[in-house]
Amino acid sequence: MILDSKIPEGPLAEKWDKHKFNVKLVNPANKRKYDIIVVGTGLAGASAAATLAELGYNVKAFCYQDSPRRAHSIAAQGGINAAKNYQNDGDSVYRLFYDTIKGGDYRAREANVYRLAQVSVNIIDQCVAQGVPFAREYGGLLANRSFGGAQVSRTFYARGQTGQQLLLGAYSALNRQIAYGKVKMYPRTEMLDLVMVDGKARGIVTRHLITGKIESHSAHAVILATGGYGNVFFLSTNAMGSNATAAWRAYKKGALFANPCFTQIHPTCIPVSGGYQSKLTLMSESLRNDGRVWVPKAVGDNRAPQDIPENERDYFLERKYPSFGNLVPRDVASRNAKLVCDEGRGVGTTKLAVYLDFADAIKREGLDKISQKYGNLFEMYEKITGENPYTQPMRIYPAVHYTMGGLWVDYNLMTTVPGLYATGECNFSDHGANRLGASALMQGLADGYFVIPYTIGDYLAQMPATRVETTHPAFQEAEAKLRADVDRLLSINGNRTVDEFHKALGQIMWDYCGMARNAEGLQFAKQEIRKLRDEFWKNVKIVGVNEELNITLEKAGRVADFLELGELMVDDALNRNESCGGHFREEYQTPENEALRDDENYTYVAAWQYTGENQQPMLHKEELKFENVKLTQRSYK
Amino acid sequence: MAGNNPNSKPMNLTLKVWRQKNFQSAGKMETYQVKDISPEMSFLEMMDVLNEDLLRQGIDPVAFDHDCREGICGMCSLYINGRAHGPERGTTTCQLHMRKFSDGDTITIEPWRAGPFPVLKDLCVDRSAMDRIQQAGGYISVNTGGVPDANEIPIPKAIADKAFDAATCIQCGACVAACKNGSAMLFVSAKVSQLALLPQGKVERKTRVENMVAQMDKEGFGACTNIGSCAAECPVGISLENIAMLNREYINASFTSENV
Repeated sequence: MILDSKIPEGPLAEKWDKHKFNVKLVNPANKRKYDIIVVGTGLAGASAAATLAELGYNVKAFCYQDSPRRAHSIAAQGGINAAKNYQNDGDSVYRLFYDTIKGGDYRAREANVYRLAQVSVNIIDQCVAQGVPFAREYGGLLANRSFGGAQVSRTFYARGQTGQQLLLGAYSALNRQIAYGKVKMYPRTEMLDLVMVDGKARGIVTRHLITGKIESHSAHAVILATGGYGNVFFLSTNAMGSNATAAWRAYKKGALFANPCFTQIHPTCIPVSGGYQSKLTLMSESLRNDGRVWVPKAVGDNRAPQDIPENERDYFLERKYPSFGNLVPRDVASRNAKLVCDEGRGVGTTKLAVYLDFADAIKREGLDKISQKYGNLFEMYEKITGENPYTQPMRIYPAVHYTMGGLWVDYNLMTTVPGLYATGECNFSDHGANRLGASALMQGLADGYFVIPYTIGDYLAQMPATRVETTHPAFQEAEAKLRADVDRLLSINGNRTVDEFHKALGQIMWDYCGMARNAEGLQFAKQEIRKLRDEFWKNVKIVGVNEELNITLEKAGRVADFLELGELMVDDALNRNESCGGHFREEYQTPENEALRDDENYTYVAAWQYTGENQQPMLHKEELKFENVKLTQRSYK
Repeated sequence: MAGNNPNSKPMNLTLKVWRQKNFQSAGKMETYQVKDISPEMSFLEMMDVLNEDLLRQGIDPVAFDHDCREGICGMCSLYINGRAHGPERGTTTCQLHMRKFSDGDTITIEPWRAGPFPVLKDLCVDRSAMDRIQQAGGYISVNTGGVPDANEIPIPKAIADKAFDAATCIQCGACVAACKNGSAMLFVSAKVSQLALLPQGKVERKTRVENMVAQMDKEGFGACTNIGSCAAECPVGISLENIAMLNREYINASFTSENV
């Protein structure tokens, strides 16, 4: 298989405009003859569903939550980037493009990233028109802040709830189309298989989570906007229900999975407190604008933070990276927190935490100002930990947050399965090996509002409007297989719960395929995952039947997929004999413990093809060509 | 266990939980014991412990809605000891922590109780009525593309902040569950206020309020009698002022309606 990224010819800045002119259009009167399925209703899904319906297509949208508004985009705190240059501080489309390529450690496609930066400006206009209440200055114009290590202020925000407000904007646009009858919404419905007819994606099979009803849905194209796979680690900042099942089952039907080992570990999360822990909570990166990260200089210093004098504290980020200080990118901040904890200088009872201290900021700006900026975050921290961050430093530790890897897509966001698209976190396309803060919201909305509505037309215009009935054998076979899978799970009747398997998998992934990896550990992890997967299919305990709301059955299906995806992540991490962004192989580092890339051998996207159960997947490489940006060692010193 | 808190003694608790197989079946309270509950756990993590125990005994675990577990998605619910989202003010169930309870406590856990929220199973209820109210008018009618530059619509900061406060509603339904009338006025007023305050939303303000209120009535939500338990129990602090604004908007619309 040759991976054709379909990047348009011509200079970088003209590619998208040219492409928009070259794509075929579907006649307005013909759009109503085409059906499109959108799975997932976060930023990428809701924006796509609404926009495609506005254009005249018939849309069926699916989400597993009880309402489309609950998709996990809602939890994004910090903000959304856009190259508006409202602050007159030197920002531009090119600078946002450049920062994103560099921040991704040169493992993203130039053309996609440039397009992302271009349409970023339209997103803000769109959201404001929908009534998204962004933060404003006293003059009534939009406010911006600098975020996640950017040298310009290009981040738009709505207090610490930007994702919520953006999603509610997209949700409102979606609601309008539901009311018009152009979108049919299926909440509490989970996609469990992709259906292909004549080599093209023509529909999905779903299970209704309340009744257990298995159902087929036919369409002319399918868009997966199902988010990332961070929950493979069990503990992450993802929602409890976030899962990889739709993407994974598409992979098993022929869609290639790209760069699965690129996971982002976010540096500022509330640390794990015990074995019962069900999820990890992010504390917005914006806190690093004012908080100072430190640990005691001495190993085993058990004094309370206020008893440790200034000269016995190690502000390790400020010490190692004087020019960026506490604002280094996420991968660098996370790895350094791990390093000091590995040295035995971690804090709190678990010793797996570092301090994030606001004492200096409060002294400098006053309690009121700090409370205005971070009040809701401080409150959230206190609710969870019972500690007051105004009087004692927060304890933070890195946690799995985002997955840069995902389904391989071309410039049109189409996967290797014709008619199957992937948008938002579900695809791999824009963030390379590390995503910059405030860029996930930007990508989700860019894909949904401004990219897919153009590119999907090009595909549909070239296919007849004839519908495939769900009585077609391909649907019937998929439904039958699904029923058999469910019966198989229900018949095992073993001794270990689904959560026990999930936690065990998460521990393997965190220990060997987390913030630092090495070949030996990865090989060990691969064996352990296989053992665990074998045991799962012999010993998992599920009670109840299919025809009801069965919370263990639905979880079991997702964990079964994580048990396979985990191994692919390990394969990918083993294959990539270099360190880049969030992928840190201990064998490949500079003398200062920074990631050491191998551009000669690894400037490619690793896209994996499914070859059968328990078979080694096949690797395909998409060479990355950098025609505009020069590859350099990232330096934040 | 965690943090720097030395007083983290595990607790044993008695839970009285509403069990109901499905919408058609009758339900009843069941009593369960949970042991060694850490005060650092969230309420839902305590429920996870209960469910793992039940599962090991071959008993169907308790179904409850939850997703983000960070207080923002609005999926979690639960009526805990007679309070929507439990005893702590301004907190969703998922953000409620066990340190608010004591060893030996008996905790009563019920689903949201309101006519328009039928029980689906155990503690899960159907809140789709709220989505239908949003679909009736909770939006500004703009298509993607063709909109003015974001800074062409200046909005006074105080107005933008007020609109934001209203926009933070998480649609969890606690206001309805807490109201003796089962009224959804606080929820509806939050969306109506947000959009009526903003210049972008003023174009459709009259039809919006009329359509949303009509849908609210159609769904069977009760009337508002200004008791205020909705705002008292709202986990994100949506203010009663919004209801006053909803009433103003509604009265204004009924006298000057464009729906003729």
